[in-house]
Amino acid sequence: MKITDDSPPVLTALDRPNSYIGRSVPRPNLARLTQGRGQYVSDVTLPRMAHVAFVRSPHAHARIVRIEKAAAEKAPGVIAVVTGAELAQVMTPWVGVLTHLKGLKSAPQAPIAVERACWQGEAVCAVVARTRAQAEDACELVEVNYEELPAVVDPETALDPQTPVIQPTLGDNLCFERKLDVGKVDEALASSDAVVETTFLFGRHTGVTTEPRACVADWNPGEQKLTVYHGTQAPHMMQNLFAKHLGLAEHQVRVITKDVGGSFGIKVHTYADEMATVALSKLLKRPVKFVADRIESFVTDIHARDHRVKAKIGVKNDGAITAFEIDDLTGIGPYSVYPRTSGIEANQVVNLVGGPYTCPNYRAQARVVFTNKNVMCQYRAVGHPLAVAVTEGLVELAAAKIGMDPLEIRRRNLFPDDGYPAQSASGLKFEKLSHHESLAHLDSMMNYAGLRAEQKKLREQGIYRGIGFASFIEVTNPSAAFYGVGGARITSQDGATVKLDAQGALIVATGVTEQGQGAESVVAQCVASSFGVPIERVRVITGDTDVTPYGGGTWASRAAGIGGEAAWQAGKALRANVLAVAGAMLQAKPEALDIRNGKVVDAVSGAERLPLEELARVAYFRPDTLPSGIQAELVATRHYVPRAWPFAFTNGVQASYLEVDVETGFVKLLKHWCVEDCGTIINPQLVDEQIRGGIVQGIGAALFEHCLYDESGQLTNGNMADYLVPMAAEMPDIECGHVVSPTADSELGAKGAGEAGTAGAPACVMNAINDALRPLGAAPLTDIPFTPAKILRALGRI
Amino acid sequence: MHEIDITLTVNGERVSERVEPRKTLVDFLRDDLFMTGSHVGCEHGVCGACTLRVNGEIVRGCLMLAVQCDGATVETIEGLSDSGEIADLQAAFEQRNALQCGYCTPGMLAAAQDLLKRGGVPSRDEIREYLSGNYCRCTGYHAIVDAVEAVAQARAGGRK
Amino acid sequence: MKPAPFAYKRARSTAEAVAWLTESDARLLAGGQSLIATLNMRLSTPSLLIDINGIGGLDGIAQKDDVVEIGALTRHAQAGRSDVIAKHAPLIARAIPHIAHPAIRNRGTLGGSIAYADPAAELPACLLALDGEVEATGPKGKRSIKACDFFKGLFETALAPDEMLTAIRVPAATGQTRTGFAELARRHGDYAIVGLAASARADGKGLADVRLAYFGVGATPVRAGKAEAALAKGDVDAAVAALELEPPDDLQATAAAKKHLAGVLLRRVAGQLLEAR
Repeated sequence: MKITDDSPPVLTALDRPNSYIGRSVPRPNLARLTQGRGQYVSDVTLPRMAHVAFVRSPHAHARIVRIEKAAAEKAPGVIAVVTGAELAQVMTPWVGVLTHLKGLKSAPQAPIAVERACWQGEAVCAVVARTRAQAEDACELVEVNYEELPAVVDPETALDPQTPVIQPTLGDNLCFERKLDVGKVDEALASSDAVVETTFLFGRHTGVTTEPRACVADWNPGEQKLTVYHGTQAPHMMQNLFAKHLGLAEHQVRVITKDVGGSFGIKVHTYADEMATVALSKLLKRPVKFVADRIESFVTDIHARDHRVKAKIGVKNDGAITAFEIDDLTGIGPYSVYPRTSGIEANQVVNLVGGPYTCPNYRAQARVVFTNKNVMCQYRAVGHPLAVAVTEGLVELAAAKIGMDPLEIRRRNLFPDDGYPAQSASGLKFEKLSHHESLAHLDSMMNYAGLRAEQKKLREQGIYRGIGFASFIEVTNPSAAFYGVGGARITSQDGATVKLDAQGALIVATGVTEQGQGAESVVAQCVASSFGVPIERVRVITGDTDVTPYGGGTWASRAAGIGGEAAWQAGKALRANVLAVAGAMLQAKPEALDIRNGKVVDAVSGAERLPLEELARVAYFRPDTLPSGIQAELVATRHYVPRAWPFAFTNGVQASYLEVDVETGFVKLLKHWCVEDCGTIINPQLVDEQIRGGIVQGIGAALFEHCLYDESGQLTNGNMADYLVPMAAEMPDIECGHVVSPTADSELGAKGAGEAGTAGAPACVMNAINDALRPLGAAPLTDIPFTPAKILRALGRI
Repeated sequence: MHEIDITLTVNGERVSERVEPRKTLVDFLRDDLFMTGSHVGCEHGVCGACTLRVNGEIVRGCLMLAVQCDGATVETIEGLSDSGEIADLQAAFEQRNALQCGYCTPGMLAAAQDLLKRGGVPSRDEIREYLSGNYCRCTGYHAIVDAVEAVAQARAGGRK
Repeated sequence: MKPAPFAYKRARSTAEAVAWLTESDARLLAGGQSLIATLNMRLSTPSLLIDINGIGGLDGIAQKDDVVEIGALTRHAQAGRSDVIAKHAPLIARAIPHIAHPAIRNRGTLGGSIAYADPAAELPACLLALDGEVEATGPKGKRSIKACDFFKGLFETALAPDEMLTAIRVPAATGQTRTGFAELARRHGDYAIVGLAASARADGKGLADVRLAYFGVGATPVRAGKAEAALAKGDVDAAVAALELEPPDDLQATAAAKKHLAGVLLRRVAGQLLEAR
């Protein structure tokens, strides 16, 4: 593995003339977006299209006694007013469970609540009208009689016998429980020179995609076909689910995903509102559009990260970590979200704590409990931000306790770079990571010694700066081990079809989807390189279940590693097909030919033999001139699924440098660094930008973002003035560096990089704040987000 | 409620429409004129996705009513783009991947152009401050600041 | 969300606007940067919106003798560019850049901000610190209301239901005028957690006529009388100790945090006031 920086990297075994692998090619589809000519689902209009607005429960928990629709039905522009009971005739409910999360249970969830509303914001009635404004007007005329029920709001008491059970058929409020006990934790802790014990609190927060959730559902009874324009990350998954719950066959359903204004995991889940919209279209036999407005988004987009983690670390004076122990409690909503379940986040926390370190003694317990708040599910970096904050928080607290430098304690415990394959205490299998090389690169990139000296000098002047780190591993390129084994029809394989058009350009259809991370570009780069054309001659089609190969879409950082590999292989396969025809046309052996820069050339000398346009012309229009028996096949499809490893783990390390104003508790972020090893880098600029975006999302969690619920289960800050997302003025510049450890599970060797930034940022900001305040005797802060009030309290100022 | 006739210029084109008073400017542009380049992100003026130009000044399209724009000159991203006014800014954004999903981009470009029109070369902090009312969830802002800084330098250096 | 339906009329004069105000459940539309957001969220459902943006003569900025008069329709951006305000009402010039963001400042008006009276807004506190006044115009004509009499409660002012704010007036700064302004907000442009607008008169090496107007600490901007007296005596520590604010907890900060931060701001603003011009 080599360390690469911004200069063009040396090509590896993927060496092809004019290869795009490793090049920062600008994304071909950006001009459309900068010109305002994107086609977001919220832009889609169809003939006879109607709009739906939902009447939503103002109560966290209430029985729906009666719904009076008469006045609403007569309101201007109204087409239909539909209750949950009525919609149940059209669409079946769903249950978000997976068999490999043993014991995970959840109650059936309907597209519109039928008997009870179980969180503030859950839809209890739908109004379909000619315009959204008219639908909202009519919503105000729907009279709903509620009988308020006690709301379960505190996860700590959710399992107490006196707490009401939200779903009586389940028996209790426990959704899922997991226990792990590896090695000899008690002995290890007893033999430690120091033990640090603390509780981490992670504030519930949410994705706030700039474009809210949107879909346009179009049931055409004449074709018996449902078309859904959906801002989803996984069109094929949704195709299956729409079909399943409407009683259709999958081939009757087409899901089209155009431009999507951000997803980050928010848009990979199945939402009652969208399911209801689809059911309404079938019921009303016309297109129905739903766009969640921002206020609705806050109470219905999945929330995430609401965890309390009691944690312990044992350490010897020489820095050896002896044991990790955690007790994780998370309060999700009243349902486990479908189909990926709300047990995965806690499951990941258990899997990932301690991940970068060789320490073999680890005990973990996690409980996932139902509450009457908005539903919770996977959001960018699923579980990693929590596991990394816990692990890296403990490691730096332990370092401080024994008086060791935080990088030094890591050096003594990180998996050695030459010790692979290896396995974590929790059973995670690592093919090849580069923790130490990454750490060394970070050390020099940030001039760590220089920053420490600067910190020391400024402390003498009463200025308190802090440096914090986070080492991490990240799950990418998931195999069926993530969802398939649990019975979900979520595919971990992906496919690409590459076709040569009549002028010698390539059209590529891929099963991965684009939400801005650059999947289209990465796929184009792979095909252009393995086939042999300039990238301007490649057009990529994504997001259409009628057109693309069956694929998994985008999640768990799989688009480059899995989608890219399928595209690479398809490009190779088409090259072979084309060279077979070229060989016949040129009376040459196909092995003696190659395709470079859009031309068939002599493989050894590079001399041009035949332009692709000419080959295409002959194959398509003059096959009569080809030797007898030749059938030109100018299209190829290849699929790829990781087989050797359940996940392609990546690794990295981040650092935060900040200054705390000890009078006000305000934190000023001065700089942020990340060194990331995601294997073969297809487009360095896109990787860096994923990391930067992810880091800022993690900073949002660390300092600003918190869904604040009151004691009656009401979300009190569900708007953009009160829920604070990171804006430009408070964010630092972010420097990225790379190490490259390719995976052998694919020819490209690319792993994923989409979530690493978010995984590590909260941890290193936390560590930096605590580093800044340590000399002042402040109690370590472990309650995210770190607001000025919390910092002032830790300093004893209030 | 009665509708009101308005006549305004949108991207140089004279437009006459009848609208409800309650229709916001951005909804009018998107729904009635099918100019979907301006985006709606929050409808309370905070995210900046709807930022566009009225009478030469940037405003929030969600915090103005269409009826207020009778006689006004409105410029959206489609017009800023087709006229070539922000060609260098668009190119810089594309070169530096200063957009990912692109949803905040029309508003971000309008705000960035407003800053750059003042002339001079703003510092990175000044750029961040000027764009502090435009939410981007994808990029983390670093590449956007790079792009605006590069264009400011190029324009100040007399090159386009 | 989309607003509930309403009727809309464009006023051609103050008299016309005021006459319509009495008609029914009407609201005045000036900058609209707060009003339209509340309409969009259906927190407010007037039956009539009276657009006053077309009324001429309400957006002037002029210094007349020892008073600076600012028309109610003056946009924040316009005030931010004004040489008259920079020179003769420097406290307002200091406050303007903290108000939201450029796109909001292009539309929002000084009159609107003061009439809306958000407790965390900058300009009401500036008016209070400057001991300014507003001009209110009703069916019976104009009257002046002093700042200290104007802010009554949460989003509540002394404006009668049939009155419109038409101008604000502040004493023009002299060579002796000292001003200070500081606010703490989680992000640039956000409403302040706590803010302080201050004005005083240099008196030899010390200060006289100290006026400290806090915002973000209660239902209205609040003068810190005891702290003012201590600061006039030159004792910053005593001034901080004499702060008698009782802020509520809110979504952004606890009462304890606000109280502490108010003290921090006082030290910083005191430094600004004591700076030689």
